[in-house]
Amino acid sequence: MTHLPRPRGELTARLVETLRGPLDGPPLTLGGPAPDASLALWMLHELHYRGFDEVDDRWEWSPRLMPLRRDLEDDLERRLRERYAGVATYDDLEVDEAVVAVIDDHEGPSLARHVQRHATRQEVEELLRQRSIYHLKEADPTSWTIPRLSAGPKAALLLVQLDEYGAGDPARLHHALFAQGLADSGLDAAYGAYVDEATDAVLEQNNAVSLFGLQRRMRGAALGHFAAFEATSSIPSRQLAQGMRRVGLPESMAGYYDEHVEADAAHEQVALRDICGRLVREEPALRDDVLLGAWTCLDLEARTARDLLGRWEAVAA
Amino acid sequence: MSGSRPPVLRVCADGPVLVTGEVEVEDADGVRHRSTRPVSAVCRCGASSRAPWCDGTHKLLRARDADRGSPQG
Repeated sequence: MTHLPRPRGELTARLVETLRGPLDGPPLTLGGPAPDASLALWMLHELHYRGFDEVDDRWEWSPRLMPLRRDLEDDLERRLRERYAGVATYDDLEVDEAVVAVIDDHEGPSLARHVQRHATRQEVEELLRQRSIYHLKEADPTSWTIPRLSAGPKAALLLVQLDEYGAGDPARLHHALFAQGLADSGLDAAYGAYVDEATDAVLEQNNAVSLFGLQRRMRGAALGHFAAFEATSSIPSRQLAQGMRRVGLPESMAGYYDEHVEADAAHEQVALRDICGRLVREEPALRDDVLLGAWTCLDLEARTARDLLGRWEAVAA
Repeated sequence: MSGSRPPVLRVCADGPVLVTGEVEVEDADGVRHRSTRPVSAVCRCGASSRAPWCDGTHKLLRARDADRGSPQG
């Protein structure tokens, strides 16, 4: 289904070589700062999603990989918490209102506005290739939290996930809609097809949701991220759909974003009130992680936007 | 979905009305719109571009009202 990415440095070269080799051997360690750390962590997480064609599925839980994964996840978590430190957390508000306040406070450039009005078709296609890393497994990272929740937030999360997963119809499943849009746009719809060109910011976005989903202790951050993602999706999705049509992309690609205008307007309300609200009522200690996750969602998207917009501006200049 | 219980419409503060399960909404012109989503959001501010469904536009109105210093909603 999907192939190992091209190594980008010493660490990922070592990891690729290890994954192609025998299961037995000494554990891998980080050693020191690695410029290709994001890709390495993405590969380790990917073993828990769909794996790689040429890699034995048993690597998923190999004790040889756990020390490296722990080091990379610890570095990522530390970085995310350092960036979040000092953000206003509105302790006097209910958590759903606090998430909305954090969203209202956050300022960042908007890729959707650029796509709506100015982007070239080439830029829009590049954005789709970058987004494909997440959208081809859309909703999956949040699903890791399901068995870790009590009845209240779990029932609400499943209501949203049922919609994300097409309510029983594979053709309506969101990541299938995205794949169809890519294929109709002349892009490669295969899972993981564009990981070799994924930017570091995009890999970090993906790694953060996988970290939040795969570490049970971070379920608060996973659901805060989810709520902020849904609550900042409807209006940008409308702008993206307009932009896709403006540059002449097929109706199925624009339609993917149309779908998110309506779907996420409803998901937003459920995510804020029923998922995050109920979670924090039952587990008040998770409140700060909910806000960490929400703010991280906004911050990582802003980093991706600054990176891509800066690059396109440089090309245009 | 819930046996003999009537459907519950949930009003969201400064937001849409949430409806769980398949639903039909008849608009002011008598046109019926069906949603088969597990949960749907019906526009309450009257400004949605995808009426009768919510598209988040109420948040833009709220931000504009806040900029003008007038009360929300």
